[in-house]
Amino acid sequence: MITVNINGKDYSAEKDETVLAVAKRNFIYIPTFCHNEAVADYGSCRICMVEIWTKKGKNKLVTACLFPVEDGLKVETNNERVLFIRKNIAELLLAKCPASAEVAEIAAQLGVYETKYRIEKDGNKCILCALCTRVCDEVVGRKAISLVNRGINREVAIPFYDNAAACIACGSCVYICPTNAITMTDKDGIRTITMPNCEMKFALRKCNSCGREWIPEKQVKYFLSSAPGLTIEEFDLCQSCRK
Amino acid sequence: MSKQVEALDMQEVLAKVNPVLEKHGYDDGMLVGILQDVQAQFNYLPREALIAVAQRLGIALSRVFSVATFFKAFSLTPRGRHQLQVCMGTACHVRGAARILEKFETQIGIKAGQTSEDMKYTLETVGCVGACALGPLVVLDNEFEGHLTVDKIEPILERLD
Repeated sequence: MITVNINGKDYSAEKDETVLAVAKRNFIYIPTFCHNEAVADYGSCRICMVEIWTKKGKNKLVTACLFPVEDGLKVETNNERVLFIRKNIAELLLAKCPASAEVAEIAAQLGVYETKYRIEKDGNKCILCALCTRVCDEVVGRKAISLVNRGINREVAIPFYDNAAACIACGSCVYICPTNAITMTDKDGIRTITMPNCEMKFALRKCNSCGREWIPEKQVKYFLSSAPGLTIEEFDLCQSCRK
Repeated sequence: MSKQVEALDMQEVLAKVNPVLEKHGYDDGMLVGILQDVQAQFNYLPREALIAVAQRLGIALSRVFSVATFFKAFSLTPRGRHQLQVCMGTACHVRGAARILEKFETQIGIKAGQTSEDMKYTLETVGCVGACALGPLVVLDNEFEGHLTVDKIEPILERLD
């Protein structure tokens, strides 16, 4: 057990915990976009910047989601220097994602309502946090999408913008997206996943009892191939009808 | 990206890709080196070759595509027989690199970053090639052509087959 001081109060913490984890446990609010407990932290959105002082006298701004706590660490999450840099990050994100309500909300919390930077692309919602690619890799294990190109052209995409072979239409990327840049609709037996640069369509399987289209065929196929004991009959009924 | 590329025969692709993978010991950590060698075989990175590389290395196609699109040295579309890279670095810039580029563009009839219809030229711009004393210059199939003037460009292009 070690002791960390956040905003003037001492908290106990485990070694190798991140500043964000300790703060969250103690109900100290730090805004985040690219953090999600389901996947490893990545530090791409930068909105969780905090100022730290180590015992050895090092003082700097770090991302709370990546910085591991150490004994005697002093953290300030809301001082002038932190807010100055966080507001600037909010402005940059606003310029990147003018269409995102979530970005606007966190910016508004910081008192930022407009940006001095040039709006990159009207209608854009993606902040390039890579949560979608990380969940596809770390949780689903399919690695169907990745970040492609670089610099101002960087974007999330499936290979060649048209090859959805690895995707099982599970929708994890949709649920995890912090800015709703990826959307999904189930209609007329087709699941449509829409990314900023492509649209993917997948057939859905009907429940034999209630007739609800409840699972993508590709996902069933994936389950069958990865779990040898499973049989196709297991997917005859949806979750609700199975009881 | 606009030009439609015909699908290649997978057997032919594998015949070129396999020796490259062999050379690098099927090590996915060598992905950039592998893609460089594959590009040397085809003059660009064909879709089928990237799929073959991903399959043979046992890594995700999305990762191969990510790497292949990240580096400017990789091209996913066929390139011309002759590569023209006009230096746009600071030293070349002040000596009129913009006019040199414009002359290349009007002479060949393509914009920077494009390949001519007859697959003869690919025209690109680069930041700085480190030969500022020669500026303004063009790197023509890895050979430096320095001290360019607008008048010298036509003879240079005529020299190429």
